[in-house]
Amino acid sequence: MSTDATLSFEEAMEKYDPVLGFEVHVELNTQTKMFSSAPNVFGDEPNTNVNEVDLGMPGVLPVLNKTAVESSIKIGLALNCKIAESCRFARKNYFYPDTPKNFQTSQYDEPIAYDGYLDIELSDGTVFRVEIERAHMEEDAGKLTHLGGSAGRIQGADYSLVDYNRAGVPLVEIVTKPIEGAGSRAPELAKAYVAAVREIVKNLGVSDAKMERGNVRCDANVSLRPHGRERFGIRSETKNVNSLRAVEHAVRYEIQRHAAVLDSGEPVIQETRHWHEDTRTTTSGRAKSDADDYRYFPEPDLVPVVASREWVEELRATLPEPPAARRKRLQADWGYSDLEFRDVVNAGVMDEIEETIAAGATASVARKWWMGEIVGRAKNADVDPGQLGVEPATIVELNKMVEDGKINNKMASEVLDGVLAGEGTPAEIVEKRGLAVVSDDGPLLEAIDAALAAQPDVADKIRAGKLQAIGAIVGGVMKATRGQADAGRVKELILEKLGVNA
Amino acid sequence: MTDTNSNQLIRLSAAQLAEKLAAREITSVEVVQAHLDRIAAVDGGDRGVHAFLHVNAEEALAVAAEVDAIRAAGGAAAAELHELAGVPIAVKDLIVTVGQPTTAGSKILEGWHSPYDATVVQRLRAAKMPILGKTNLDEFAMGSSTEHSAYGPTRNPWDLDRIPGGSGGGSAAAVAAFEAPLALGTDTGGSIRQPGAVTGTVGVKPTYGSVSRYGAIAMASSLDQIGPVSRTVLDSALLHQVIGGHDPFDSTSLPDPLGDLVAAARLGNVDGMKIGIVKELHGEGYQAGVENRFNEALELLKQAGAEIVEVSCPNFQYALGAYYLIMPSEASSNLAKFDGVRYGLRVLPEEPPLTIERVMGATRAAGFGDEVKRRIILGTYALSAGYYDAYYGSAQKVRTLIQRDFEAAFAKADVLISPTAPTTAFKLGEKLNDPLAMYLNDVATIPANMAGVPGLSLPGGLADEDGLPVGIQLLAPAREDARLYRVGAVLESLLEAKWGGPLLDRAPELAASPVVEPVETLVDAQEAK
Repeated sequence: MSTDATLSFEEAMEKYDPVLGFEVHVELNTQTKMFSSAPNVFGDEPNTNVNEVDLGMPGVLPVLNKTAVESSIKIGLALNCKIAESCRFARKNYFYPDTPKNFQTSQYDEPIAYDGYLDIELSDGTVFRVEIERAHMEEDAGKLTHLGGSAGRIQGADYSLVDYNRAGVPLVEIVTKPIEGAGSRAPELAKAYVAAVREIVKNLGVSDAKMERGNVRCDANVSLRPHGRERFGIRSETKNVNSLRAVEHAVRYEIQRHAAVLDSGEPVIQETRHWHEDTRTTTSGRAKSDADDYRYFPEPDLVPVVASREWVEELRATLPEPPAARRKRLQADWGYSDLEFRDVVNAGVMDEIEETIAAGATASVARKWWMGEIVGRAKNADVDPGQLGVEPATIVELNKMVEDGKINNKMASEVLDGVLAGEGTPAEIVEKRGLAVVSDDGPLLEAIDAALAAQPDVADKIRAGKLQAIGAIVGGVMKATRGQADAGRVKELILEKLGVNA
Repeated sequence: MTDTNSNQLIRLSAAQLAEKLAAREITSVEVVQAHLDRIAAVDGGDRGVHAFLHVNAEEALAVAAEVDAIRAAGGAAAAELHELAGVPIAVKDLIVTVGQPTTAGSKILEGWHSPYDATVVQRLRAAKMPILGKTNLDEFAMGSSTEHSAYGPTRNPWDLDRIPGGSGGGSAAAVAAFEAPLALGTDTGGSIRQPGAVTGTVGVKPTYGSVSRYGAIAMASSLDQIGPVSRTVLDSALLHQVIGGHDPFDSTSLPDPLGDLVAAARLGNVDGMKIGIVKELHGEGYQAGVENRFNEALELLKQAGAEIVEVSCPNFQYALGAYYLIMPSEASSNLAKFDGVRYGLRVLPEEPPLTIERVMGATRAAGFGDEVKRRIILGTYALSAGYYDAYYGSAQKVRTLIQRDFEAAFAKADVLISPTAPTTAFKLGEKLNDPLAMYLNDVATIPANMAGVPGLSLPGGLADEDGLPVGIQLLAPAREDARLYRVGAVLESLLEAKWGGPLLDRAPELAASPVVEPVETLVDAQEAK
């Protein structure tokens, strides 16, 4: 495997302007396949979720899955696309053993959704609009496993196994228009775009959206042109880039590789590229030219899909709030700073905070508990924060106890541990563990006298007006009372005792 | 059961058999056995009809015995039996069946057993009609003579040196030779009607979508249609009623059932109906004897009170050309699945390397016959980038024009009429090396497939010059299949009155094979397990 020359990313950016394009395949999570009644399930024994239709047996005919059409329309709407009133399927003819009929039933010149856009927010808040060319329905192919050769590739393999469980799984392919003007942010935009598509289909509930399972797969097209030139350069298509990080890396690598090719005066070859996660490089795949002839023609075994306007509007009414709009709304409602909100999103507790606020907590209290207490515990337990099992009502109850002065923050944290350990409600745990803030001044004054006697030099400093030194005395009192003292009251009493005006 | 009785049983129509079975005058086992005996007597050997590729004796007899037992027991189960329960049928070997091989007449599927039944086969089973076996055809239904079968040609019972038509020559010959009272065919460009015409039998191509295609191995999806083959118009109506109706497994299946076809066949009146002669579908290019019988049929219909009008369908002249673009285009894609990967024949290339592409190539080179290859190449070419608009695209436009011609014609006439085929049966081998001459056989039948309208062929008599059967074709608007049965039944009764009996009574006696071969020898060798 030869290694291609690359330019540094910065150098590439100095000379060239990248143009991107994406084809994102989304596997729908319908119960059955696109054109057959076989189950659409991931991970089962090979060739068990198949029937005669999926195997392309003689005489079989396809029957379109209505739920898949609904999901496709929902995706189209979420991508701000127009929905075709009537559209057809076509046959894409090519011989390959993962395709049981040796043609793929897809949509060609009549996609179900077209002319949309998606606004992508980059990390610094810049919004970049990506135009969507089309979103069309098609069926997935089976899965080939090449054995006996190197690197699992068909070249050099002794034999191949094919699993048709995936054959016929419904897919929606989302194709962007050429994305111009991203400049040096192209890799970041690439990642953000695929992340946004993934978030949308997950939010719609139409796909499991797990990239590691191939539910969302990305082909990334990259070309470069010298600054100021309008005509696009020749593109490469890096296939099956199947993680968000990989999308970013693959686009970056291809920009660097193209730049080196162009700098050498050679033409870029129009081809597919394979992405290698281990080396973070691509290698040459199949030469792809306009000579590829799939002999498309309208699928005669299916009738046109007619999407009445009423149906489309019914589906539109079921759409959940778009993720980006929801985030914007929540941040405004909660009054979090950009940084605070980003941390919440990154920690994955946005839904939980929303529920906690709904249960009666203020936005800042909800954030304090989730970000301050729960996220860390989840990290230690290696689970998502939402999976720890903290009920919003628990947080509200704990917080009320603190505000009422029944317990202090330190105790509240201890009570939370008790709740997580399954010891009962916060009230029960406070009771059981005998936790209560000591508010009788008698025992406190004794403890203060002891603390002042133990640290006479500190007492002098306080008398001299160095009020920040009071912490040492407070600490001593808290220690003596095993943390049950009300720190505020302790401070007041110390100052009183020493005759200092705060 | 005496030979005489057996000989009488096989000459009964399906409707007559059904009546006698219901009255318990005969048993289904007797009927099935009589047909199996007939198959054994006339189908095998060097000069046999060779209508069957596989005989399903055991299962057919078992179904017959089941029906007999239900009838004998009486009660609700007997009352619920379908009208045709116990009446045997043959199935074109393009239609998949569990428990019997399905070859499509091709080496590439030799020995293949379908894991599922075609919808029409399920319906035959639900009606408890014993399936006698699978009938011969041109490979993948591509041909008009059955000579393109990889398993040898079928012979025409009227003259064993002549073709029985195609692609469904096996089904037509089986019915004509009294080996089966009924059969299923498939019709893409005339494969039911043209064999019907040249064998003196009845064949119907139903309205596209009125009979499920699920389980019919596709040649050209937008043209293919399964339909009945029989000796009488009523029998076809009875069978059509069994196999028709919506099927959720076929997206092109019509949602609503056609009208009562059997009642239409029994109506017996054409008074006041307008019957249109299609100017472009007779005359030049048609054999004189064919024209004569056609004109006689018109005269009889006129006498029965029908009004004969002339209609013109100017775009029919382009139908054959457009058909030979659309059909191979779809076929090239439909037949791509036969690649040796999942089922059927697999041939390894003689020289290394053993790549998947070369295995597919070697399998298809060895497994497909010349006519299939010819059409795959034609279709692949017609769909290629740069040629698509000129070929497939133009052909689709012609198709629209043909549909408009039909609309205009049906505005003037209730039913259209023409000869089914331009000639009577030609000799085996006569046109085998002249594909264009072979294709011309379907010139009158193709327009119906292009427009999706139904067509029926019935015997019109024998041509004066060769004494061979001539077919009369009736065409009706989509979903108006009932009109075909109504007019067809009237014409049939008028013609039979004229002839003094069914046309097939005049067919030569088929000599029993010198040695009556046991049925087992007909069973495909691949079947022996």
